[in-house]
Amino acid sequence: MIPSSFEYRRASSLAEAITMLGEGGDDAKLLAGGHSLLPLMKLRLASPTVLVDIGRLRELSYVRDGGDHLAVGALTRHADVHNSDVVGREVPLLAHVAGQIGDPQVRHRGTIGGSIAHGDPASDLPAVCLALRATLLLAGPSGERQVPAIEFFTGFLETALARDEVLTEIRFPKLGGARWSFQKFNVRAQDWAIVGVAAVRNGSAGVALVNMADRPVLATGVEAALAAGASPEEAAAHASDGLEPPSDVRASGEYRRHLATVLVRRALEEAGA
Amino acid sequence: MRVSLTVNGKLRESEVEPRLLLVHFLRDVLGLTGTNIGCDTSSCGACTVLIGGDSVKSCTMLAVQADGTEITTIEGLAGEALHPVQEAFRQNHGLQCGYCTPGMVMAAASLLAEQPHPSEEEVRAGLEGNLCRCTGYHNIVKSVLAAADMAPVPAPAVAS
Repeated sequence: MIPSSFEYRRASSLAEAITMLGEGGDDAKLLAGGHSLLPLMKLRLASPTVLVDIGRLRELSYVRDGGDHLAVGALTRHADVHNSDVVGREVPLLAHVAGQIGDPQVRHRGTIGGSIAHGDPASDLPAVCLALRATLLLAGPSGERQVPAIEFFTGFLETALARDEVLTEIRFPKLGGARWSFQKFNVRAQDWAIVGVAAVRNGSAGVALVNMADRPVLATGVEAALAAGASPEEAAAHASDGLEPPSDVRASGEYRRHLATVLVRRALEEAGA
Repeated sequence: MRVSLTVNGKLRESEVEPRLLLVHFLRDVLGLTGTNIGCDTSSCGACTVLIGGDSVKSCTMLAVQADGTEITTIEGLAGEALHPVQEAFRQNHGLQCGYCTPGMVMAAASLLAEQPHPSEEEVRAGLEGNLCRCTGYHNIVKSVLAAADMAPVPAPAVAS
């Protein structure tokens, strides 16, 4: 399978990437590791006319200690996030989930920013961002802005990113010993989760779901029930409150609702809710 | 666009269309047909090659993205003798039809470079990105474990 033709432009700095995106018009796309975009392009589900390759911007690949949070550069590869000592120590939920994405080959190429900016409801990392209340840094022609993860995912494969903005960094609050859990249910190796749950218990609870809506979502009913003192089992009964989980070849919406209840309960039990 | 990359220790330069996938560059431009195309959807791992020593699915990368990198394909893995992973596959009959074998060998070489002495479970997890339609996993896993016991696995050969 061969993608449609496109103009290829390689950015040598973040500023240049932003300029190239602006020049590229509505059908320009950023290319980082390419592990979300290229499969879509090969299936011709995406046919951008301009690809701006930011894969060589080493300055966007890092993990920095920001005091109360860890700042992860958007071009940090999943394997590097997974193997990072500081991520393992300060945000172990993130280190764990980065090691669950795809398979080793995918983790060698795919980037944290690419996965999050793709906004796929079936991806694991957006749920981590939501559960942890991460903050995303976006850079555009008029400067930088911060967007809370809970405002970032706006629809199916749609995000708060403007056409000429680049996701540059994700800030994850340190867990500080808080307990967490990640539940991923799939029937084949390397598959996306049929349903997934990221949960953290840090005074209050953060619970987010994979593949339970048209976008990555919080389990707001679960969080509210826990805040009101519900047990894991009672809170888990609210797993799909207000959600319309999709039906597809892997599972019906009804099955996903059932699965979400089971997985949220397991996650809350593991996280000591 | 002109790309220049090192494949199996040799500098190769070519004018390519930006949409050319790395696997097609290797097979059709360079004639290195040991790298197979299986599913063409980033799933099966038959097209796995090493880039800077890391396993990568060459059907999910553009040749222009690989510009300037060092690539090892199955043709370049052996030195004077077979690479320990190749030798172990031979001794343990780690194949049935053989179609997935180049990708399995490259993925295993990358795995052992990262984890020289994996457990059986770690080998199975490490080969998650490679499918064998014959379901011949038993001897494949046995081969990788044997390769780990055989000799210190050198870092996968890049430019020499």
